[in-house]
Amino acid sequence: MSDIQKEPSMLLQKRLLADHFDALARAPEEGKKVVYTFVPGNLNELVRSFDLLPVLPEINALQSGMRKLSGGYIAEAEKHGHSEDVCTYVKCDIGMLRKGNIGPTGKRLPKPDLLLLSYTGCFTFMKWFELLREEYDCPVAMLHVPYQADGRIDPHQRDYVVQQLRSEVIPKLEQVSGKKFDEERLRSMLRLSAKAEDDLVWVLESARNVPSPIDAYFGGVYYIGPIFSAFRGTPEGIEYYATLRREIEERVAKREGPITPDGQLENERYRLVVEGPPNWTSFREFWHMFYEEDAVVVASTYTKVGGLYDTGFRHDPDHPLETLADYCLGCYTNLGLPARVALLERYIRDYKADGLLINSVKSCNSFSVGQLLMLRELEQRTGVPGAFIESDLVDPRYFSAANIKNRIESYLQMLDQKRQSKVAS
Amino acid sequence: MTATLTDLLQLARSLHDDLDLTQVSKWKAAKPGRKAVGHMPIYVPRELIHAAGMLPVGVVGGGDRLEIIRGDAYFQSYICRIPRSTIELALSGRLDVLDGMLFPSICDVIRNLSGMWRMLFPDRYVHYVDVPQNFDPAVGGQFWRRELETMRDDFARLSGHPVDDEDLRASIAVYNDNRAALRDLYRERSRRPWVFPLSEVYLLLRAGNVLPPEEHTQMLRAYLRQAPLDSSRREQDQSRVVLVGMFCEQPPHGLVVTLERAGCSAVDDDLLLGLRWLTRDVAVDGDPLSNLVDAYLTASASTASRYSPDGDRARWLLDSVKRNSAEGVVFCAPSFCDPALLDQPMLVAALDRAGIPHTEFKYAEDTGQFAVIREQAGTFSDSIRLWSTP
Repeated sequence: MSDIQKEPSMLLQKRLLADHFDALARAPEEGKKVVYTFVPGNLNELVRSFDLLPVLPEINALQSGMRKLSGGYIAEAEKHGHSEDVCTYVKCDIGMLRKGNIGPTGKRLPKPDLLLLSYTGCFTFMKWFELLREEYDCPVAMLHVPYQADGRIDPHQRDYVVQQLRSEVIPKLEQVSGKKFDEERLRSMLRLSAKAEDDLVWVLESARNVPSPIDAYFGGVYYIGPIFSAFRGTPEGIEYYATLRREIEERVAKREGPITPDGQLENERYRLVVEGPPNWTSFREFWHMFYEEDAVVVASTYTKVGGLYDTGFRHDPDHPLETLADYCLGCYTNLGLPARVALLERYIRDYKADGLLINSVKSCNSFSVGQLLMLRELEQRTGVPGAFIESDLVDPRYFSAANIKNRIESYLQMLDQKRQSKVAS
Repeated sequence: MTATLTDLLQLARSLHDDLDLTQVSKWKAAKPGRKAVGHMPIYVPRELIHAAGMLPVGVVGGGDRLEIIRGDAYFQSYICRIPRSTIELALSGRLDVLDGMLFPSICDVIRNLSGMWRMLFPDRYVHYVDVPQNFDPAVGGQFWRRELETMRDDFARLSGHPVDDEDLRASIAVYNDNRAALRDLYRERSRRPWVFPLSEVYLLLRAGNVLPPEEHTQMLRAYLRQAPLDSSRREQDQSRVVLVGMFCEQPPHGLVVTLERAGCSAVDDDLLLGLRWLTRDVAVDGDPLSNLVDAYLTASASTASRYSPDGDRARWLLDSVKRNSAEGVVFCAPSFCDPALLDQPMLVAALDRAGIPHTEFKYAEDTGQFAVIREQAGTFSDSIRLWSTP
């Protein structure tokens, strides 16, 4: 494979992440306090408003996957009695911890001063931090986010989350940081969040263009990186999304396709919607399978796990705690299956997709349970054919490149035949 | 053994084996207009269903006697068995007798199954029971009360029978009786497990899934009276063990029998934990919804799907071992059961620290070969008897 073509936004993101991990590595000597928390339902603005530094274990796990380290970490956790049946993010994290907690940049991650357990859209999160709690002597703040089974936020659900923020989360952040909650500071950060969210949505929706200037899955995971992690509500986040938007605007003006690790995709032949997280251990190889077939992902659900912005939600500085509650409640995997199907249906129609591909990952029941029914339902509703492949998040044992490639190629051939028969009729 | 005890156990066995829920159909047919509401494990406030004049029905999959024809087409191979057999039961019409279905928040599988139900059966009542993981009365308690209010109103609409406070108090009293009988059974079983073997206790628990609570309580009381009268039940040289991990997908009955034959006498377990979720009586006087909320917040069983704010995941297990004079712990969790399997390393570590022997294996509800489990459980039991007893 060729060297990756890097745009200014990619270089900027790389610098932001490196700086963040450097800051984390220096945190103990500089007396900075650290909060471990999760991507979906993360309270980055609130955490940052106390000058605390966030660590996101899923990000560490996926980075370990991309760096081919996760297999060893998972083996280490299984050696210590963790079942082969359960989430590999958890096992990767536990294994990494047992092997010295060396982060993606090769530097040791600091121990947490607080485990902020945001129970959003995934039951496993709760067990994950109970497991980490056994390893660290630090407080835990539990934020239980109710499930949107009916596809809407009921007022008592919002109240419940807000009450927990007031009575559980904020007091513990105050305790750990030694600072009083500053609502004005939080509001100003939320204002920055909304601005970055506008730009992110613009970027994601640029895929409505034909050809699409972005890949909304493989490229999309880079685009969501800063906003789903440590940079929502920060000036750096604003800068990143403004830079990214300018790049995509240029690409739209020139009618250019997305940049991939193999170069620019120049001849868009298939427009796909993808449901489910990517595989991280063979991420580039996986993306290449699409590139060599001229297939572009125009919308994906994975890019909504840390916030669903393209249905209109923006962080609202005028209602700081309520908006954090709505954000948590609205993350993609916190939606009932009918709402997930409705969103995918909208994507298939709005983005003029030729197909729907589900990458079902073994590790994530939150995503995976029900996907076969979703596939059938969406085929029925839209007439767009679907395909189903299976892999895992960070366990290399569950990525069978030959099988997946074979299935993708067969699927795209089937889309071709369908097109030809349409033309013929 | 008296004929009555035999009859009792035969009835329990037939209810266990009855995948068509004929008991529920009979109950409904006995009075026009009756309705039944199914629920998945673990905990739902059955009092609310009962107070609306409906029958709460525990649905725990198809066990080892159901051929899965359509259910497998809905789930990937790495998903546990209970959702696929439950879907099979529904698609084959066996759950048509249920007028509604509740899905408690226990794990992502049961949670998403609630959404599948909405899509597959759009005309039926479906409710996701979102139990709080915050146990502050002013926060989680307030949320849970609102959830209970929603269910009470839903059940009133579904049954056509308004649920007033008196109805609810009466139902709480009925379930208090049932819980008391179950507590007595577990206490007596712990004292004399050879009189109340797990293979029988399990069948009696399962009967609680389909019988009206009043009848189930009578059945439990009759069993408590009659089993000790059977003089053939003699103390055996078996190891006293606590079973952990079976709170949702249920083991096949053959597995339970296998454990006994392997020399393991269960003195505590988490089978069908929902029946015993509230560990004390719910107050009957005063506001019944507040009483249910208080009981949930302060007297819930500890299990993998419930957050432990105090940071001591294993305390309940260590307490159970001590209270029941158990000699070891058998972890028997369903394959792919996230809550049980993610919990296990924490519990194992605590047992190791306390010097309590343990063994682990997995099962599925349709496991049919028990030789390996028998060997493992037998070796475990032998090792306890040979090496752990002073």
